[in-house]
Amino acid sequence: MNDVIVKSLVVPAHPHPLLVPEQNAGWQRIRDAYDEARKVVEESGADIIIIYSTLWPSIIGHQIQALPEAEWTLVDADFHDVGSIPYHLKIDAEFAEAWNQANHARGLDSRTVAYHGFPIDVGSVVALKLLNPNNDIPAVICSSNVYADRAETSVLAKSCLDALAATGKKAVAVSVMSLSNRMFTEPINPIDDRIHSQKDDEWNQKILELLSQGRLEDVAQLSRTIHNQIRVQKVVTFKPMWWLSAMNDNRNDLNGDVLAYEAIHGAGAGVIILDPTSSGQGDIEYDEDDVEVFAGERSVLANMENPETVTKSNSDIVHASSAPKPVGAYPHARREGDLLYLSGIGPRHPKDNSIPGGPIKSPEGESLEYDIKAQTRAVVDNLEIILKEAGSSLDKVIDVTSFLVNMERDFQGYNEVWAETLGKVGPTRTTLAISALPTPIAVEMKVIAKA
Amino acid sequence: MAKGSIVAGLLAPHPPHLVYAENPEQNEPTSEGGWEQLRWGYERLRESLSEVDYDCLVILSPHWQTYVGTHFLGVENFKSLSVDPVFPNLFRFHYDMKIDVELAQAIHDEAQGQGMSVKMMENPDFRVDYGTITSCHMVRPQWDKPIVAISSNRGNAYYSVEVMQEMMLELGRVTRKAIEDSGKRCVLIASNSLSHRHFTTESAVPEDMSVEHITSHAMHLWDMRIIELLRAGKSQQVVNEMPEFVEQAIAEADGGALTWMLSAIGMPEQEAILHGYGTIIGTGNAIMEWPCHAWSDA
Ligand SMILES: [Fe+2]
Repeated sequence: MNDVIVKSLVVPAHPHPLLVPEQNAGWQRIRDAYDEARKVVEESGADIIIIYSTLWPSIIGHQIQALPEAEWTLVDADFHDVGSIPYHLKIDAEFAEAWNQANHARGLDSRTVAYHGFPIDVGSVVALKLLNPNNDIPAVICSSNVYADRAETSVLAKSCLDALAATGKKAVAVSVMSLSNRMFTEPINPIDDRIHSQKDDEWNQKILELLSQGRLEDVAQLSRTIHNQIRVQKVVTFKPMWWLSAMNDNRNDLNGDVLAYEAIHGAGAGVIILDPTSSGQGDIEYDEDDVEVFAGERSVLANMENPETVTKSNSDIVHASSAPKPVGAYPHARREGDLLYLSGIGPRHPKDNSIPGGPIKSPEGESLEYDIKAQTRAVVDNLEIILKEAGSSLDKVIDVTSFLVNMERDFQGYNEVWAETLGKVGPTRTTLAISALPTPIAVEMKVIAKA
Repeated sequence: MAKGSIVAGLLAPHPPHLVYAENPEQNEPTSEGGWEQLRWGYERLRESLSEVDYDCLVILSPHWQTYVGTHFLGVENFKSLSVDPVFPNLFRFHYDMKIDVELAQAIHDEAQGQGMSVKMMENPDFRVDYGTITSCHMVRPQWDKPIVAISSNRGNAYYSVEVMQEMMLELGRVTRKAIEDSGKRCVLIASNSLSHRHFTTESAVPEDMSVEHITSHAMHLWDMRIIELLRAGKSQQVVNEMPEFVEQAIAEADGGALTWMLSAIGMPEQEAILHGYGTIIGTGNAIMEWPCHAWSDA
């Protein structure tokens, strides 16, 4: 458990509770809940309020607001008739830069923005006006990257925690968002406001039930489902809970308190406070990759018909997009001068991660029959993919170290495939027997090639 | 009063890079140029419009996104600073824009009469979106013509491309009717890119043209298909293929601007003029003109 996040909040984005709460009893209750949340924030001892805004889309990595005094008069794109929102926000520019650098250290692309007149989104402005009206606590605001997947969004939170640890600051983490976000498509009389549909309402209730039990990670894992069920595609998909859960170490045992749940023009508006004190219950069933470093694998590229051939996050690091994913935080290859050094490459199929020729063990640890020739051939195929994407090729291989988990059983089959493939190229070779590889495969090769 | 008319329809994309590359005095950042193919395209478009007599620009931009119906700017003058939320490093533009509120209100009323969900935007503090500003600047940098600015109702986000198109076809018809009744001569601007898959990184010098290209061959094929159809006068076919185009090319026409404009100018079978094509941070952009003033309606 980290000790830098003192409270986490989920708050709604539309301007009605700020500008015209008196027009609808529900809007007033949201306003009252916001006021209560403000007191919790004030008493939390936090040094900074960190906002992840679902209403600020970005394309070139994540953007972090870094203008120390951000002043403007905001008008909502839809609800311009409920009034203007003049604002003056105090931004912790130093922390924004610390977070930005922490992102880069974890492989994430991000940048700070510090321009007078930058259009800070309505959600962030409403939240800060209501939670921090006198700017007693400086704030920082981060965008939602349009293409970010869960891995990227989680790493964004982890680097935020790095920056908090480095600066010694305690923070309130805020996700500004609607629950269901379908609004009425026509103007309504304020007193007629209600959740757009029963389905939206039922899903909102489910989310609130989980949050009231402190089960934040469960809600994060439901994000894709929630997006499909009750969210209208508004540029960015539903990802604030990925961020908020990672800010809380993906925990399910927080203390949750739902202060209000109402409709704003049909959308679901909730004010929820999550306290990091353990509730003592709530299992963690974390079944997605918990990524520490962002390796540049955005699904937008993976889904493309013609994937970008090579993604280079540094000039000399090669991640081959059509090769099987590495099983840890390392690249497929590095270039040094005229040489390419490849990581150990196994036989896994790049499309579905299956093992050609079959795994050598069942998940329970029982030995299985497998085809060493098929595995060896698959290793050579993968080498070819990575070398090609790095601008080299199989016939430029200079040196190979091969690892076999069962020399006695497998050497002959391995050697036959070698003779048909790399043997024709003629690199130097060393073959070793080792006790195991990290996954149930029988062979792996480590290669140096001309770039 | 003479019957009003649409003298030209335009496809005029709005990436802020174009304004940035032009270095107009209104924009704070400065550049060393870039995206010349498109900027020369805009030059040819301006040249082509220079002999055309018209009263105002009517534009639909996907960057004023409204979910509660279609909105119209309804204040005589907007003067402020527009900063692009995605590319603030490129676009911080001081604009001073006149609005033809009378015509905006007339289109609004006509649409309302047809049962559409519409609203006038009458808050003087409102900030005009950068898409509207960029397209208007590239088409008419003098800023001497009043503008009717229409929001992009996100019918596609709420329902489907098909439903969005039904709404935009209807909006196009009422736009034409209101213009004809107004006696004014108007240029209509559909402000959008074609294929819209971006690169997710930006080079240190944004105008470095050595890294500018389409994101994939598939995107290029889609762009060329749509352009060739429009050049062959097959606008109805473009509308018919819009669902596939939007889905496969993430086309920015999902905001409805192109469908609205084609509907307003009567789903022309006349050939569109291509003034330029180029990519901007990987997205496909075409500058096209439908010179309605030259078409005989005899
Ligand atoms: Fe755009």
